[in-house]
Amino acid sequence: MTFTFVRRYFIPRLIQYFLVIFLGITAVFFIPRFAPTDPVQRTIAELRSRGTYLDPATVQNMIDDLRELYGLGGSWLEQYGTFWKRVFTGDFGISFFQFPTPVIDLIRTALPWTLSLLILTTMLSWVIGNVIGGVAGYFARNRWLRTLDAIAMVIRPMPYYIFALALLILFTYVLRWFPIAGGTAVGRKVAFNLDFILDVLRHAFLPALSLVILGGAIWFQTMKLIVQNINAEDFVQYAQLGGIKERRIVFRYVIRNAMLPQITGLALSLGQILSGALITEIVFSYPGLGTLLFHAIITGDYNLIMGITAISILAITTMILVIDLLYPLLDPRVKYR
Amino acid sequence: MVRVVKDLFKDYRFAFSFSIFCLLVIFAALSTFSPYDPTFWFHAPRNLPASWTHFLGTNSKGQDIFWQATFAIRNSLIISVIAGVVSRVIAVLVGLVAGYRGRTTDRVLMFISDGLLVMPLFLIIVLLAMLVRERMNLVNLGLLLAFFGWAWDARVIRSQVLSLREREFTQTAILSGTGTLKLVIKEYLPFVTPLVFSTLINNMSWAIGMEITLSIVGLTNMDIPTLGTMLQWAISYQSLLLGLWTWLLTPVILSIFLFIALYWLSVSISEYLDPRTRVQRVGEK
Repeated sequence: MTFTFVRRYFIPRLIQYFLVIFLGITAVFFIPRFAPTDPVQRTIAELRSRGTYLDPATVQNMIDDLRELYGLGGSWLEQYGTFWKRVFTGDFGISFFQFPTPVIDLIRTALPWTLSLLILTTMLSWVIGNVIGGVAGYFARNRWLRTLDAIAMVIRPMPYYIFALALLILFTYVLRWFPIAGGTAVGRKVAFNLDFILDVLRHAFLPALSLVILGGAIWFQTMKLIVQNINAEDFVQYAQLGGIKERRIVFRYVIRNAMLPQITGLALSLGQILSGALITEIVFSYPGLGTLLFHAIITGDYNLIMGITAISILAITTMILVIDLLYPLLDPRVKYR
Repeated sequence: MVRVVKDLFKDYRFAFSFSIFCLLVIFAALSTFSPYDPTFWFHAPRNLPASWTHFLGTNSKGQDIFWQATFAIRNSLIISVIAGVVSRVIAVLVGLVAGYRGRTTDRVLMFISDGLLVMPLFLIIVLLAMLVRERMNLVNLGLLLAFFGWAWDARVIRSQVLSLREREFTQTAILSGTGTLKLVIKEYLPFVTPLVFSTLINNMSWAIGMEITLSIVGLTNMDIPTLGTMLQWAISYQSLLLGLWTWLLTPVILSIFLFIALYWLSVSISEYLDPRTRVQRVGEK
């Protein structure tokens, strides 16, 4: 690795990484503060509406405690400082939806479910979509591959929610092949034996399937387009005339070249993929961040929503940074620019 | 103009999706003839199967599903048009300014749009939607979505402008004393307009999908019928378990057709706009 590479490629990426995190977290801090309703007053009003009698001293104590819990003490600038401290220590306060569990504990139990689903499906759909799309782009006249293209044309525009719902109706109500919701059978304890793992896989299958098909269709289509453009290039024709085996041309020459924009595309679309995974989890009540978010929204639990959003922003930007830093390994040209 | 339309209709996808889209618009227009007010409950007996008086039956809220669906499509289309048009204005402005001014302006604007692209936008939109929850209506929702829907298209427009800036006519125009504003509006905008239309359709589709998602998590006004709220009511009343198939399937099938129609329209139009693919389709030109 040369010095110019570090300066031209590595440093700008790193700066961008921190700037995006900074802006994202700042947005997460400021947006709820424009809310017309004060969360503290609302909580107290809720308690009162249940008929609890509260004397003024208790109310004042509660207000102080709630302000502390919500991180609302001091001026905006002080609050902003505390918020950053909280982000770094992972202390997002206490959840009001499962009082008094700390938000970070809820996130910690939900995050592995989401991350494993997200990473597995993203990689699967990316690889499958690109390989099939590459082959389909190269052998554009093949009947089977054209059928696949037609299917992708129908699936591609579906939003995550509608597609997942359609799969849910088809497989659980009509065919009854899969369990309707959840991450495991009700009441099952976490244990590392074959039964448990099979149960987890059976529950994860439908959410994973909908994410893989939907994502795969998108990668398939973009890959096919890129490959069709590469096909027209001289080096492909030269290789064909030179009598190199088609299989080698497709995988070593064409797909290898077409992969590069797809890696950038992967980095750029990770945010949307995460949004999609969260929505899909809601449909299948999969016990990840999405379902947690759903409950947080319904119960108006700002702390939890802010925690989930902040963690997601950190996770996504870090993943993008990792992809960006791995990119030069796959594209030798970047190093010499 | 006639020739363009003729060429477009040569593509079976355009013909199909255009007809579907027109049908859906007519369906939405039917809402003006509705005998019922869509926000009222119990204007009909509850849980009726499909019949001649109620084409698609009635739901557990005592509403006629057919007429409810006409309002749903209409309102979803209104939201998507507001979101699409407003975000096009932002995208065009950002794209033109960033592309033409270049340097620091370009870098700052592109950094913002990159930032919007990589963020998990759904979460940010949820945070904002919670703020305006009480005052959520069609216009506010449209504007909220418009604010987040421009990033990618601004990039596309910017790269178009970047390539236009290098062409000779730009030099000619500048040397013959054309002002920046006039140059951008008179010379560049015509090149950008087709892009605006094809991205508009995609953006409308995105807005409709987002509306559905926000409704499912209960962040829109549940009294206004849209595709999303209709779905949400059907799901929260367990319509499938009650055997009310039409209640759930009407919004699902309508939205599937709407999404396919919008997508095929945009693919067909953008293939037509791209000279390379147009030659394959229409022949010489």
